Amino acid sequence: MTETLGTAQPFTPPTRFAVPGRIAVDDQVASEWQAATITEVRRETPRAATFRLAVPVWPGHLPGQHLMVRLRARDGYVAQRHYSIASAPDDTGHIELTLDHVEGGEVSGWFHTVAEPGDTVEVRGPVSGFFAWPGDRPALLLGAGSGVVPLMSMVRHSRARGSDVPLRLLVSARSPEELLYAREYGPETTAVFTRSAPAGVPVGRMSLAHVAPLLAERPPGGWEAYVCGSNGFAEHASRLLVAAGQPVDRIRIERFG
Amino acid sequence: MHVTRGFTGRPRVPNAALPPGQYDAGDDWPVLSAEVTPELTPEEWSFRIDGLVERPHTWNWDEAHALPASAYEGDIHCVTSWSKFGVRFGGVSLDAFLDVVRPHGSATHVVAYAHTGYTTNLPLADVTGGRAWIAWEYDGRPLAPEHGGPARLIVPHLYFWKSAKWIAGLRILDHDEPGFWESNGYHPRGNPWEEQRYSGD
Ligand SMILES: Cc1cc2nc3c(=O)[nH]c(=O)nc-3n(C[C@H](O)[C@H](O)[C@H](O)COP(=O)(O)OP(=O)(O)OC[C@H]3O[C@@H](n4cnc5c(N)ncnc54)[C@H](O)[C@@H]3O)c2cc1C
Repeated sequence: MTETLGTAQPFTPPTRFAVPGRIAVDDQVASEWQAATITEVRRETPRAATFRLAVPVWPGHLPGQHLMVRLRARDGYVAQRHYSIASAPDDTGHIELTLDHVEGGEVSGWFHTVAEPGDTVEVRGPVSGFFAWPGDRPALLLGAGSGVVPLMSMVRHSRARGSDVPLRLLVSARSPEELLYAREYGPETTAVFTRSAPAGVPVGRMSLAHVAPLLAERPPGGWEAYVCGSNGFAEHASRLLVAAGQPVDRIRIERFG
Repeated sequence: MHVTRGFTGRPRVPNAALPPGQYDAGDDWPVLSAEVTPELTPEEWSFRIDGLVERPHTWNWDEAHALPASAYEGDIHCVTSWSKFGVRFGGVSLDAFLDVVRPHGSATHVVAYAHTGYTTNLPLADVTGGRAWIAWEYDGRPLAPEHGGPARLIVPHLYFWKSAKWIAGLRILDHDEPGFWESNGYHPRGNPWEEQRYSGD
């Protein structure tokens, strides 16, 4: 038997996967490198710092998107890495990145030991629309370590707009000293500490006991879940969400590797 | 070209097997899927090829394993810049599956899709002629779920996002149609040797 096929009909897979292609990426923007200047460096924790960049033609971004950073050595060697955008979209022509200092890291090492205001790096982006949150639907955010960076952009965006779309953040850190953006969190956030915690706060991994109550307070239409961090955290947290009843096709995951 | 002040990069040993912009991940094998790892058993797994073919067909686990075994031994390259040398995937050449369904002469492209719904597009020429596999073994052992087990597509000469994990099927087309990452700013083909990372590269 021969199967005929309407060739103009786009193919849709039998299983829906996290509303693919929800946010169109501008190909032109995604393919052009430009020089951005570091205008400010702010220490966040002993291992992480925020770098503010002036980008000449920043097309704007949505919270959750990331960009590419490229460093070039004198001999022509280049290194490029992905970094999430930490700042909320605004019209200042600036964006902020928060980088962990990775042991022996080529690019994060340069940022943490060499970079200072006035230096320029090349950037390209924003490059992906999948993990973006335009602020339109209730969002449940689960992050660990520097995985909280794109989630913080969402929290900041929600605040800046005075939005009443429900937003909840569960953030995991090794200790209070390593918790990024600690002073900025409000009632939308619950912090979980895996190695040491402030007095009265239990020490331990993120568990069903943290996730289930958030799913129980289901907003109309349900949550969009965003999970970000190392692969180990992403596997763990996404399984918790599934166990607590979150539909798999409404879980977006960004793995930092 | 813009040089970054004070950036030298790591000491580099020239390595002709490393495509531009890649590094050797050694024993590491990073995981970079955007969806929840499915709990898919071999009994639940199936693989279908349809679209512009003479005989659309669906294989279950045992039927797929009854095809002649074929392994890939060589290197793999991820767009996030790691490469992995000397890996060994066991499975069946995609040619063996395509021989059964017989693509029409007008067929030019495929969309590979996963049991999760993930999609990626490939020219037909990139998955025929011994260049693609359906693999269920890594290093002689069952492929781990987070790496696409029970079975994934392997197209090792392209960036690894083309090698769809949890492979569910191929739809054969007479035109190119972007998949998941290709609709999110990534290059339609993804040749590591030409550094085709993002659209426009
Ligand atoms: C979508 C996305 C968003 C991200 N966002 C952020 C973010 O907001 N903040 C953040 O801090 N990180 C983020 N990351 C991670 C980031 O991209 C980098 O992976 C991280 O900064 C490490 O890069 P590096 O150059 O410092 O380290 P690398 O040099 O890449 O080293 C990383 C590890 O690999 C080893 N290694 C790498 N190359 C070699 C080599 N040639 N020889 C020996 N060992 C090697 C290193 O020893 C080290 O353990 C993100 C990743 C992704 C995919």
